[in-house]
Amino acid sequence: MDYFFTEEQQMMREVAREIAEKRIRPVAAEYDESGEFPWPIVEAIAEADLFRVFIPEEYEGMDLGTPVTNMCIVTEELSKACGGIALAFAATGLGTMPLLVAASDEQKKRWLPRIAAGTLAAFALTEANAGSDAGSVQTRAVLDGDHWVINGTKQWITNGGEAEIYTVFCVTDPSKGARGVSTIVVEKGTPGFSFGKKEDKLGIRASATRELVFQDCRVPKENLLGRPGTGFINAMKTFDLSRPGVAAQAVGIAQGALDLAVKYSRERHQFGQPISGFQGLRWMLADMATKVEAARALVYAVARWIDSGQAKRTTTYSAMSKCFAADVAMEVTTNAVQIFGGYGYMKEYPIEKYMRDAKITQIYEGTNQIQRDEIGRGLIAAAAAGE
Amino acid sequence: MKICVCIKQVPATTEVKFDPETNTLVREGVDSQINPFDVYALEEAVRVKERLQKEGEEATVTVLTMGPPQAEQALREAISLGADDAVLLSDRAFRGADTWATSYALAQALRKLQPDLVFCGMQAIDGDTGQVGPGIAVHLDYAQATYVAKIEALDKRKITVRRLVEQGYEVCAVRLPVVMTVVKEINEPRTPSLRGKMNAKKARIPVWKAADIEAPEEKLGLQGSPTQVVKVFSPPHREGGEKWTGEPEELADKLASLLKELEVV
Ligand SMILES: Cc1cc2nc3c(=O)[nH]c(=O)nc-3n(C[C@H](O)[C@H](O)[C@H](O)COP(=O)(O)OP(=O)(O)OC[C@H]3O[C@@H](n4cnc5c(N)ncnc54)[C@H](O)[C@@H]3O)c2cc1C
Ligand SMILES: Cc1cc2nc3c(=O)[nH]c(=O)nc-3n(C[C@H](O)[C@H](O)[C@H](O)COP(=O)(O)OP(=O)(O)OC[C@H]3O[C@@H](n4cnc5c(N)ncnc54)[C@H](O)[C@@H]3O)c2cc1C
Repeated sequence: MDYFFTEEQQMMREVAREIAEKRIRPVAAEYDESGEFPWPIVEAIAEADLFRVFIPEEYEGMDLGTPVTNMCIVTEELSKACGGIALAFAATGLGTMPLLVAASDEQKKRWLPRIAAGTLAAFALTEANAGSDAGSVQTRAVLDGDHWVINGTKQWITNGGEAEIYTVFCVTDPSKGARGVSTIVVEKGTPGFSFGKKEDKLGIRASATRELVFQDCRVPKENLLGRPGTGFINAMKTFDLSRPGVAAQAVGIAQGALDLAVKYSRERHQFGQPISGFQGLRWMLADMATKVEAARALVYAVARWIDSGQAKRTTTYSAMSKCFAADVAMEVTTNAVQIFGGYGYMKEYPIEKYMRDAKITQIYEGTNQIQRDEIGRGLIAAAAAGE
Repeated sequence: MKICVCIKQVPATTEVKFDPETNTLVREGVDSQINPFDVYALEEAVRVKERLQKEGEEATVTVLTMGPPQAEQALREAISLGADDAVLLSDRAFRGADTWATSYALAQALRKLQPDLVFCGMQAIDGDTGQVGPGIAVHLDYAQATYVAKIEALDKRKITVRRLVEQGYEVCAVRLPVVMTVVKEINEPRTPSLRGKMNAKKARIPVWKAADIEAPEEKLGLQGSPTQVVKVFSPPHREGGEKWTGEPEELADKLASLLKELEVV
């Protein structure tokens, strides 16, 4: 279906598609197996200007006023070939969003051009005891002269160890709970900032997930984004912008699996005919395709609405896109394995990886339970406000 | 430094069809692509440019093709892959050119462009002669280095290249200006960039005719071509053969006796 993307957005899609098909697909299984970080591909993505699509033009980006839609387009295309490799790109987007949401012009000038050129970023909120309940983070930042001194540990940070620029959520005023959290940018190489071991994961194995360890890590005062105490709000605003990106990753993974399943159904013969000849199987494919298209339609509708600057109750719709697309991805990839039968269960075939990769989209940037919680609260609040 | 790349638009399939009347390629209804070897030539040119620019030197890459008006598409694609600008040589007078007339026309255009480095592919996948690159060098009296697998060094006066030859590699230093033809191992071509694609869309591509390159008609196209392709044909498919099935030992015996019978062994 045609989503009437602008000419530039169509170019972004073509550029991303070529990288996905020529550079990612041939090596996706290798990276999945080794868990190595896909630097050569990240460099290709950077050279192709794709890190520019979510950054404003005055900071050497090329967002052309539609950063969220662009982000979704590129993430979807890359994810069709590998949801894990695509995440090096998408998580940089996530790590950049707090800068877009809260940074001053001067701060933007410091970091955005570097990200536009392909320096990776990461978003560091989660801790061992603060997952869904992100407001209860404990990593502490104390002002000492012109520096913040940070102590604490962040857990499961995507691009951890590989990224140069980290947006870290720290408690600057413990008396205020979630209102005492601030966003501080920490660069790799800062003394007192180190990384834990790389996690061994079910899926998106080409993505690096690490602990960030801060031990008396001193960063300049000017690295705090916005005002002290706005960190939790920054995180929530970031999620409003970034969740459609996770949704796009889910759509890409689902579409990639569906494409392989359709192809396989025409090649595999049983009972003297291709299995695509069985109505029972075609109906499975029909449901899969319908759900993927519905998810895509929702994702781009939400992304466009956010980009329009007119969006109200963004959190509700952003959560809907992420929640729906992630559930679709899990269902579609599971059924794609089913269509491959026993072969689908084997690592020799590409399809089981899609199922493993899909699972994360129901978990990170807020689990799907949390998304439903947000949607439900939004509905009630809207009703109470007489909207 | 001025770098030029000669690219040829070729059918995007290896199953080329010929018009039996004229012995020319049937191009209608066939998708086109940049000759694959020329993509490597372009990539190398863009890399040289980028390296020079990093060192603070000026460098530009201009792509050049001789072909029908629709060859403009190949030039735009080349811009999306990092070329700065492009020239299309297109005129009815160029039609039916053999390798002599093709390299003459390209050489005349290059005379106007005044390059320091000219990159070509090692051969075109349709015509397959591999003569155009060296032909250009001879027409211009430039040095030439064919089958280049690596650029080892480059300064304002000379370039040192590693050539792929039958026995292995040969390293040679060549004075500028030079025409080089490249082999696939020289690099891994990039995919198009977003800025490249936007530039490609905006680019204004001049079309040069015979008069623009100061080329007399008798040296161009069919008229200027000493070679004429008399006949092009595909060799007939080999038919039949025998298929044997059975136990390995049994089959080996059977094969051995057949080979003896045929007096092969
Ligand atoms: C591979 C990977 C990459 C990640 N990358 C990042 C990153 O880059 N940056 C970052 O900050 N974090 C990242 N995370 C962390 C991720 O966002 C959290 O794992 C996620 O938010 C869930 O938190 P938790 O794992 O602590 O689960 P918990 O919060 O412990 O949840 C456990 C279960 O309880 C349910 N639950 C919890 N609260 C409620 C509730 N109120 N109502 C209903 N059910 C509830 C959850 O849905 C879940 O099913 C990553 C995680 C993984 C696995
Ligand atoms: C099947 C076939 C057989 C032919 N046989 C002969 C023959 O035996 N003798 C003969 O003289 N002619 C022949 N021609 C015509 C001739 O090949 C072409 O017209 C032409 O001159 C290019 O030669 P080539 O394709 O062999 O290119 P090659 O010499 O193999 O190409 C080498 C490089 O030169 C450059 N180049 C080639 N053509 C162009 C162009 N039009 N514009 C810009 N750069 C270019 C590219 O960088 C290319 O990689 C034949 C054509 C065909 C299709």
